[in-house]
Amino acid sequence: MTENRPANPTVNTAGYEVPPELRQNIAITTLDKIWNMGRRYSVWPMMFGLACCAIEMICTAASRYDLARFGMEVMRPSPRQSDLMIVSGTVTKKMIPQIVRLYNQMPEPKYVLSMGACASGGGPFKEGYNVVSGVDQYVPVDVYIPGCPPTPQALLNGLMKIQEKIDSESITKVRWYRKGEIPEIPVPLLGPDIIDPRENAMIKEYTSKPAPVPLAANPQAPATPPAAATS
Amino acid sequence: MTEQTATAPAPAAEPTELEKRFPGAVKRDARPGYEGYVVEAGKLREVATAIRDEMGYDYLSSVTAVDYFSDAPNANNFIEVVYHLYKSTGGGSLVYKVQVPRDNSVVPSLVDIYPGADFQEREAWDLYGVKFDGHPDLRRILMWEGFNGHPMRKDWKEPYFEEELKPFKNRWPEGQVYRIEDHNPFGRNVKYPAGFDPEGFRESADPALYDSLERAARAYSEDIDTEQVVVNLGPQHPSTHGVFRMAVRLDGETIVALKPVMGYLHRNHEQIGERNTWIMNMPFTDRLDYLSSMSNNFGYALAVEKLMGEKAAPPERAQYIRVIMAELTRISNHLWAIGFLLNDLGAFFTPALYAITERELILDIFEATTGSRMMCNYFRFGGVARDFPAGQLDKIKDLVRERLPRKIDELDLYLTQNELVRSRGENVGVITPEEAIAYSTAGPVLRASGVPYDIRRADPYGIYDRFDFDVAVRYHGDVYDRYMIRLDEMRQSLHILEQAVKQIPEGEIMTGKNPYQVRVPAGESYGRVEGPKGELGYYVVSNGKANPYRYHVRAPSFINLTILEKMCVGSKVADAVVNLGSIDIVLGEVDR
Repeated sequence: MTENRPANPTVNTAGYEVPPELRQNIAITTLDKIWNMGRRYSVWPMMFGLACCAIEMICTAASRYDLARFGMEVMRPSPRQSDLMIVSGTVTKKMIPQIVRLYNQMPEPKYVLSMGACASGGGPFKEGYNVVSGVDQYVPVDVYIPGCPPTPQALLNGLMKIQEKIDSESITKVRWYRKGEIPEIPVPLLGPDIIDPRENAMIKEYTSKPAPVPLAANPQAPATPPAAATS
Repeated sequence: MTEQTATAPAPAAEPTELEKRFPGAVKRDARPGYEGYVVEAGKLREVATAIRDEMGYDYLSSVTAVDYFSDAPNANNFIEVVYHLYKSTGGGSLVYKVQVPRDNSVVPSLVDIYPGADFQEREAWDLYGVKFDGHPDLRRILMWEGFNGHPMRKDWKEPYFEEELKPFKNRWPEGQVYRIEDHNPFGRNVKYPAGFDPEGFRESADPALYDSLERAARAYSEDIDTEQVVVNLGPQHPSTHGVFRMAVRLDGETIVALKPVMGYLHRNHEQIGERNTWIMNMPFTDRLDYLSSMSNNFGYALAVEKLMGEKAAPPERAQYIRVIMAELTRISNHLWAIGFLLNDLGAFFTPALYAITERELILDIFEATTGSRMMCNYFRFGGVARDFPAGQLDKIKDLVRERLPRKIDELDLYLTQNELVRSRGENVGVITPEEAIAYSTAGPVLRASGVPYDIRRADPYGIYDRFDFDVAVRYHGDVYDRYMIRLDEMRQSLHILEQAVKQIPEGEIMTGKNPYQVRVPAGESYGRVEGPKGELGYYVVSNGKANPYRYHVRAPSFINLTILEKMCVGSKVADAVVNLGSIDIVLGEVDR
């Protein structure tokens, strides 16, 4: 990415000639670059820890890894003041309504970083009855970081990817300056199991059938699974 | 498990005093590999009172349930509630069990005899559907009210159910690998009862919780009739150390009633653990109390090694490595705990930054030895996974002899006499020794109340009986003492470490080969260690197969929270945050 992103984005990049004697004082650039530079160096993450990954997130903010180098040390306890939600840990069914609510409360522009295996896809706990297989089933995710937990270095790399994403955005095209409201994500309900209101019709279709629904057959799976090899 | 019947005649052993005292109601548990007594449900309260008052078993360590279930015809199916008790003066355990039918599982509650049973009985109700008759507040604790079924019962299948036991057939090389999502009609981890209509469903705002809060508030009398408000702290709150929630009823700023709400990180540790093979659970234990993964490994290894017997006794060097790792973990955990307690006191992040700097040095040792900073997955049945790499022991020696003692003194110097720490900590959240024992608190919380109970000394495991160290104890039982005791414990840990790095011999680190699959004889076992947070116990039941039949974690953070309401009622709401910080919880362990 370095070749299309100059080291100092404010330096004469818009194709206008600046006389040499003024180069110390005048720079010509595009509005997008100025706008993005301001945003990329002041991404305020929400102070929001879910599980083990939160510990590594705190370590990243602490002195050895020092998130402040990226302008991201201002962790906000309130979603209203934050730009970035670091989903740091296992997302459970009991917690997902709160996560969706917090996401809805964040003002645009907002980004979501899914930290670690659990937040990205359920991780080692995927099969558990109270675990959501990835936060992206409910809120849109911008960057996924692998690891269990990811090291602070990996988190820093993910945050730099967020910065790259910010750089690539243009003020004329981003969704939050366009006409019309951005719809909120409906908050899931805690019923007999977690209920995503967007899927009500599908749930009803299955539960209204009298007989138990057979599992959708996998075309590749053999009718009877092969016997396990002896251990 | 059908052959292990509850009514098997006891071998012709001499009846113990307890059996003589309650003829017919108390029987020796005669199943091979099992210990303790089986008590008739109707007599449980009487027996429990006698055991507490006459025999001196005043500390209820663990309450859990086991579902003995088989779908074979004429199988003897029942649910067993298991109680582990200790004396607060030290010594071995007393185990008794109550067996009740699965379809009508009612057990008398022991909450008024042992208040520490409160949350554990609620957990057994939530996960196993055991009704505790006489429990003052029997609500679900980990799942939400309205969840369909009791998920730890053996006939309850999770939405992503593939097979009873791992390794699953489709993961074998000749199997067809598929994603389990493709086999679920909804494509995600959900299932609903037949006839459920999501359109008409309205979520309730947890009336049971607020009822319980109101009932607790009735005991509070006030001179002026003021309006009380209910405040929810959490689950997303910077001072709750994770996704923990306290529902608080306030009169002005005074706490009238407080109910902890948990389960926001309930990731089904025990249910996954019962599908896993024995060795597969080792990395999962890392993620319980994720600040002290080595201690978690230690407890689980002990429980399983107890069942496996002599063939899994770790060699000498491994024993020393285990102690070194466990004590380093304790120091790193207490550094973190002190840093974040000061956070809660308002010293936002400066003390924590100093503490984290030292913790990083310990994590470096873990990373060099095990390959991972936090999730070490280091212990094996019969040893440890790897030896120290070259030069690592010198690093530990340097850290233990030079750096850490100075840094702990530095924390002591800057924090202990600080006026704010003293005024916010002294006489706040006081726990008397009697309460501390009755509520089954463990670890620093128990010892800060003047009960010198440390499993390393009271019931030694590993090679702790060889080391010279003092059991740290403080006598006021307030927040300040719970801070002080962590400093004391770090100094004692350093003292143990100094001896361990001096004495550690050369040699093997593993008995036998590092196994892919272990054979564990049938039976039950309870292994416990003095973790940084307190008594960490693992109750495992084996039926002789490759997977644990029951795998239960006695989590110290979870049980220490039982006393939180008692500590907070009557004090100001700001002190609730400090009280919580002084217990030092980790949500991975609270919710499991």
